[in-house]
Amino acid sequence: MSKLKVGIIGTGNIGSDLMVKLSKSESLELKAVMGVDPESRGMRHAKELGVNVFDNGIDGLKDYPDLVDIVFDATSAKAHLHNNEAAQEMGIQMLDLTPAAIGPFIVPTVNLGENLEAKNVNLITCGGQATIPIVHAIQQVATVDYAEIVATISSKSAGPGTRANIDEFTETTAKGIEQVGGAKKGKAIIILNPAEPPIMMRDTVHAIVDEAELDEKAITESVQKMADKVQSYVPGYHLRTEPIFDGNKVSVFLEIEGAGHYLPKYAGNLDIMTSAAVKVAEEFANEKAAKTVEQS
Amino acid sequence: MSNELDIKLTEVALRDGSHAISHQYTVEQVTNVTKALNEARVPYIEVTHGDGLGGSSLQYGMSLTDELKLIEAAVSVADFSKIAVLLLPGIGTIENLKEAANLGAKMARVATHVTEADVSKQHIETAKELGMETVGFLMMSHMAPVEKLVEQAKLMESYGADTVYMVDSAGALLPHEVRERTKALKQALSCNVGFHGHNNLSVAMGNTLAAIEEGATRIDGSMRCLGAGAGNTQTEVLVAVLEKMGIKTGVDVYKMMDIAEDIVAPILPKPQEIDRDSLTMGYAGVYSSFLLHANRASKKFGVDSRDILMELGRREIVGGQEDMIIDVAAELAGKEKAAT
Repeated sequence: MSKLKVGIIGTGNIGSDLMVKLSKSESLELKAVMGVDPESRGMRHAKELGVNVFDNGIDGLKDYPDLVDIVFDATSAKAHLHNNEAAQEMGIQMLDLTPAAIGPFIVPTVNLGENLEAKNVNLITCGGQATIPIVHAIQQVATVDYAEIVATISSKSAGPGTRANIDEFTETTAKGIEQVGGAKKGKAIIILNPAEPPIMMRDTVHAIVDEAELDEKAITESVQKMADKVQSYVPGYHLRTEPIFDGNKVSVFLEIEGAGHYLPKYAGNLDIMTSAAVKVAEEFANEKAAKTVEQS
Repeated sequence: MSNELDIKLTEVALRDGSHAISHQYTVEQVTNVTKALNEARVPYIEVTHGDGLGGSSLQYGMSLTDELKLIEAAVSVADFSKIAVLLLPGIGTIENLKEAANLGAKMARVATHVTEADVSKQHIETAKELGMETVGFLMMSHMAPVEKLVEQAKLMESYGADTVYMVDSAGALLPHEVRERTKALKQALSCNVGFHGHNNLSVAMGNTLAAIEEGATRIDGSMRCLGAGAGNTQTEVLVAVLEKMGIKTGVDVYKMMDIAEDIVAPILPKPQEIDRDSLTMGYAGVYSSFLLHANRASKKFGVDSRDILMELGRREIVGGQEDMIIDVAAELAGKEKAAT
């Protein structure tokens, strides 16, 4: 199978972690890395990988429109507006890891199939990628009237972008819980914990389900099945305990250990975002490969 | 004699006390307390869910009454006192702050863990733009060395905080530590310095006086200690003590005694005292609002609440991590089961 050609915009923590993950992918080939500071650690790393490196962002691609089929945007919500415009002009599919959320929200285990043709998809937030699958798993067996998630990450793994715009996390994640998770109402909370050594990413999902549909066994099974699915592309994703029930309130406790690719293992929040993005791109690649077979 | 006050008090029972009554305030209670405090000439009255704007949640406890209704009610009866709101970035949002400002809240107290001040920049700046008086609230101050506290306080001042508070959320600081921290803050900041204490180790009053002696001019208290854990510095007592010391607060001592006795005491489910659990919080250095949650988890999982709290302290859990109480309780219960 020929690999799908991909590029990365942004060479901070997320972009750099994507570089590591993409170099391991069987269906994706990293062809270009676009940043702004040629001296940055991420740009130097890209050069060492031997891929095309552009220091004028996505505009660098304009002379090489066929170089990539998909780009990962790991910049900021603000920069994404321009990046997306440029990508659409060149007919490049956009995977948005910023909070810009122009395209539909996507969670690989929940709604990837519906969005394989979308020109721009958004990965929501790290907390969303960790918890929305669980909300959806509960929703599959009982109506979720309300779901609330609490993401606790180590201070060291919260980058300056997250810190300067922390409301974007809570607001975007809450929307994702409703639109993709299927809860009637969603809420998100994020907490930074500075303990040393840094703590692993923790996420808690609290859900209020319709009392008449409460089936503890079915919910527990559905949640466990979903955790296994997420684990298939985020190996460090696991349930801390079985779901805990208190009346019609279900609480699910998650811990996400990062793969330790670019940042140490505590940065599960980074890992789940980049893993989800790579998973989405791989599915896009599979879809394209299947289509090519059909057409020939 | 000048009319300037030496110390400006903020009454926090209608916010911090929300923890002690599982966030069950009614419009009537808030109206009655605020009206009386306004008559006693308390400069600031804080009204919000215990965890600040947007705090109503399964994680912390759902509010009985929408906090915006409580804020609105407080504003409507306070022609002297200014209504303050608490906001923890990560829980509440700028949107919530704007709603509170629209209802007439005049002071925004933006709270972060003592090492995470930079998440408060947007919120402090927005509060300023909304014309509110701004406070940076550095929680769990006992967890960071003095230099770190000063560094973070300077950040908040640079974002536009009119006052920066050292907040002893766990009631874990001792008077000599408060003295050292306040002194360092006074030296480094040009804005006001404030102190918010909890009485878990029975030193809230001593800590408050130490802070005042070192130059803190903004002080929090709760009537009848109606606050999280063992409550805060007891406001009506503080007013009397400061008057004896010749320190001017502008607040009427007799009226405060009456409000505490007649209006606030009946709100408390039981009189505030330093019991085994609140003492453990101060001793372990754990966020005071964990008290009732740890009690409930102790019953549900059959483990000693002290073991839960000590373990939380050992893991350096910060404010807002109430989910860890259940997590730790379940883990301890599992261990006990395995051992037997």
